[in-house]
Amino acid sequence: MEEVKTFQDIILTLQQFWSKQGCMLMQSYDTEKGAGTMSPYTFLRAIGPEPWNAAYVEPSRRPADGRYGKNPNRLYQHHQFQVVMKPSPKNIQELYIDSLKALGIDPLKHDIRFVEDNWENPSLGCAGLGWEVWLDGMEVTQFTYFQQVGGLEVDSVTSELTYGLERLASYIQDVNSVYDIEWAPGVKYGEIFKHPEYEHSVYSFENSDTAFLFNQFSAFEKEALKQIEKNLVHPAYDYVLKCSHAFNLLDARGAVSATDRPDYLKRIRHMARLIAKAFLQERAKLSFPLLKDSEAKKWVEKYGIKEEK
Amino acid sequence: MTHTYLLEIGLEEMPAKIISDSVSQLKDILATHLKENDLNYSTINVWSTPRRLAVTVKDLETKQADRVETVKGPAKRIALDKEGNWSKAAIGFTKGQKVSVEDIIFKEVKGEEYVFVEKHIKGQPAKIVLEGLGSKLSALSFPVSMKWGNSSHKFIRPVHWLASLLDDDVVNMNLFDVSAGRETEGHRFLGDALTLSHASDYTESLKQAFVIVDRDERKQTIVKQIQDMCQENKWQDPTDNEELVEEVTDLVEWPTVFYGTFDTHYLDVPEIVLETAMADHQRYFPVREAGTNHAFLPYFIAVRNGNEKGLDHVRKGNEKVLDARLADAAFFYEEDKKHDIDYFVEKLKNVSFHEKIGSLYEKQERIARLSHFLAPYFGLSSEEKEELERAALICKFDLVTQTVTEFTSLQGEVAGIFADERKESKNISTALSEQYLPKSLEGALPESKIGAIISLADKMDSLISFFAVGLVPTGSNDPFALRRQAMGIVRIIEAFNIPFALTDWLDVIVDGMQNVETKALYEQNKEKVSQFILDRLDLWLTKYAGMAKEFDVRKAVLHASHDNLIALIDQAKVLKEEKPTNQFKPVVESLTRVSNLAEKADGALDIETKQFESESEAALYEELVRIENESKEMKTAHQEWKHFVELRPLIESFFDENMVMTDDEATRTNRLALLNRIDTLAQSFAQFKMLVIK
Repeated sequence: MEEVKTFQDIILTLQQFWSKQGCMLMQSYDTEKGAGTMSPYTFLRAIGPEPWNAAYVEPSRRPADGRYGKNPNRLYQHHQFQVVMKPSPKNIQELYIDSLKALGIDPLKHDIRFVEDNWENPSLGCAGLGWEVWLDGMEVTQFTYFQQVGGLEVDSVTSELTYGLERLASYIQDVNSVYDIEWAPGVKYGEIFKHPEYEHSVYSFENSDTAFLFNQFSAFEKEALKQIEKNLVHPAYDYVLKCSHAFNLLDARGAVSATDRPDYLKRIRHMARLIAKAFLQERAKLSFPLLKDSEAKKWVEKYGIKEEK
Repeated sequence: MTHTYLLEIGLEEMPAKIISDSVSQLKDILATHLKENDLNYSTINVWSTPRRLAVTVKDLETKQADRVETVKGPAKRIALDKEGNWSKAAIGFTKGQKVSVEDIIFKEVKGEEYVFVEKHIKGQPAKIVLEGLGSKLSALSFPVSMKWGNSSHKFIRPVHWLASLLDDDVVNMNLFDVSAGRETEGHRFLGDALTLSHASDYTESLKQAFVIVDRDERKQTIVKQIQDMCQENKWQDPTDNEELVEEVTDLVEWPTVFYGTFDTHYLDVPEIVLETAMADHQRYFPVREAGTNHAFLPYFIAVRNGNEKGLDHVRKGNEKVLDARLADAAFFYEEDKKHDIDYFVEKLKNVSFHEKIGSLYEKQERIARLSHFLAPYFGLSSEEKEELERAALICKFDLVTQTVTEFTSLQGEVAGIFADERKESKNISTALSEQYLPKSLEGALPESKIGAIISLADKMDSLISFFAVGLVPTGSNDPFALRRQAMGIVRIIEAFNIPFALTDWLDVIVDGMQNVETKALYEQNKEKVSQFILDRLDLWLTKYAGMAKEFDVRKAVLHASHDNLIALIDQAKVLKEEKPTNQFKPVVESLTRVSNLAEKADGALDIETKQFESESEAALYEELVRIENESKEMKTAHQEWKHFVELRPLIESFFDENMVMTDDEATRTNRLALLNRIDTLAQSFAQFKMLVIK
């Protein structure tokens, strides 16, 4: 086995590994988001009875975590490698451990631990049970069995693995700062991302136009609600993601008071719930195409809209 | 011959904190099942690791004992027709019981003869009885459960295997879609899948596969390894951190203890922050020098789930993680250092305590106001009063520091440390660090007076504020931990022996309210808050004053006409003490009689001595007035009780010599008023009629 070293080696290895397990290799979704879970390839596909196996890299923006490129561990934008398998395979833990082995991590020489961590994303109405996976004490992966998505109890449980690629890479390459990670042979993470990190931090903490962002939030929200009414699930969801990012920017700027904060989150959650319901209906109208016909029938009966006579 | 039975449920890693409870539930389910089925055994042992819940039953009988069951049928007159032949009813009955009419015997029941049959039931073999256990396993309950795959059943974590062996024989059962067998798993990385040949080999076989299933043994292994390491390095033994030892025990199957280091420059960060970063986040044991000064050292002790192999990797990895955590902690601490207390206090204006209640800044102001009432009871000097005011007005400042934002469990303690660093007085910093005490039902209490006052004021403010906006605990739902806070109030008042009426305090709180609407809401909830605290006092008396059995004493005292906790506690203690004495019964009876009649007095309390017709009336009155003139505050509960003892013969003579419900209205009213006055005095002690006398 060739040694997995660079950041891109890690991505390639994980892609290869999971595609062999039957995951479709999707691409990063092109709207800003705070976590791979928010990609429609996870959030929407976790809803309803249809199977879904996918893996993708998701650049994740968290404005409040920006540190001007100075903190060795915290970033405005980090990269997640997201794996979702639905229904959760019985051997998902073993598959995960095998993926670490593929990265050259020998479990016998390390301490790999599954430590309880129940995950919740209140703004999307999502909750799940699972673990953070520790590699020699470092949390390298969030491992979750989804129980609720968009406020709906799941029909089929999605197992979600979210690898923190920077942490994994800094561990594998044995560097103390993310900026010292080798992305490709001869090119360091810092050489690509340090400057954008600095600029985004300045923007998020000092320069963003809060009035503009507040307006954006409201405008995106209005547009999302309008599209939800027409059952245009995907365009509506894009605007929810944009709302969420606008909110995160405002939050980083300290522009949202503690009193208003729950209200903004509630507004996002409200839209996410509507979208979850609408998505389920739209899939039912299509007779849940990813299910076998025989299985689809009972679900269409459960969720399909009865045709009016 | 007896047998051994093993049941092991194999799962994905369970949360550490639920394991012990779950395995004891499993034991209960098994014990109940065996009892219901009359199958005898000597002991049930429990075994647990993060991935398994197991029980073994020892000295299990081969089968249930055979038994004879007598079943009653119809009456003889119905069972036999006129000709003396068996009726349809009799035949039907025997068929139903799977016997024949030849088996019928007659027995008399209440003067009438009935048909009976005796059934000989063969005891079932243990294996059959145990198979019935399967359907009961899903009764295990967990604080949160999950579903997985496409199934709808819920459990703590997905179930992977079920080992069920009676000696060397598989006892069939299912848990969800998993069927029982003899297969189990060893340590996730060190061991392999293994096949158990005999139930009694369980612990030994698993040990070969690098799993110590005996939780106690695992814990002792960890403790021993840590202690050996500390002895060798002259470190203080940290295993008195019981909570962390317990948690770590439930995180590993095969423990190996190691230590690592961190950069000494982090030692500038307050110890408690370092400790929290290590213990709470990483489950490491902090290291201190053995001997007298216990200096904090730049090491940590950790427990690995595995053996010695690759321990250097593990150490290095953990050191790296801790370094990142400490770098964060140091960063937050240094950032906070740039600001003074006023800067943080100002920020509190924009942070809400609860959206319906207002900002943290406003809470501080209320705490300051609430604490004024308490200060005199604690005998504060004028300097201390100033310190109290200052402490109250800044007490929440650490909630907006970056350090507490990151390490929320350190609220209060960080305030104390930061106040100290910013040259506040020792009294103030101590009070700030003690303001959240007690943190649990039996947790440590504030030791300083100012700390106790702020803790009381903070808790009382939370109670009345949440009650006022209708956020009251219901059932097991108490999201703001108001019950715990009310218990805190009881415990602090008791420990500091501060005798005051809750109602007096609540009156002052309500009077001080500016906002008319809030004031009205507070006013409406005063009594409820007092009652809520009295309910906690009931629990305190039950659990901590040895009055679990004295239900009537608790009830009688908690229905006294005041809510001075110290006095109530003393009164309860006196009643408990007096209960076995000979005079208890007559005293309680006389006061109960008084009380029953006093209800007819319509609240009249004015007594005309001119109306007295007998000496006993006058004598009772004289004694009452004498007692009334002594201030209650100056008397111990013992002295109060003594007064009731002294009143008793006078009350008895009064009843012997006077007719209370006489036709003469003036005399009647006067006598009822006299009884009402005595009852009022008695009620300030207890509701005597609630006491049980034998």
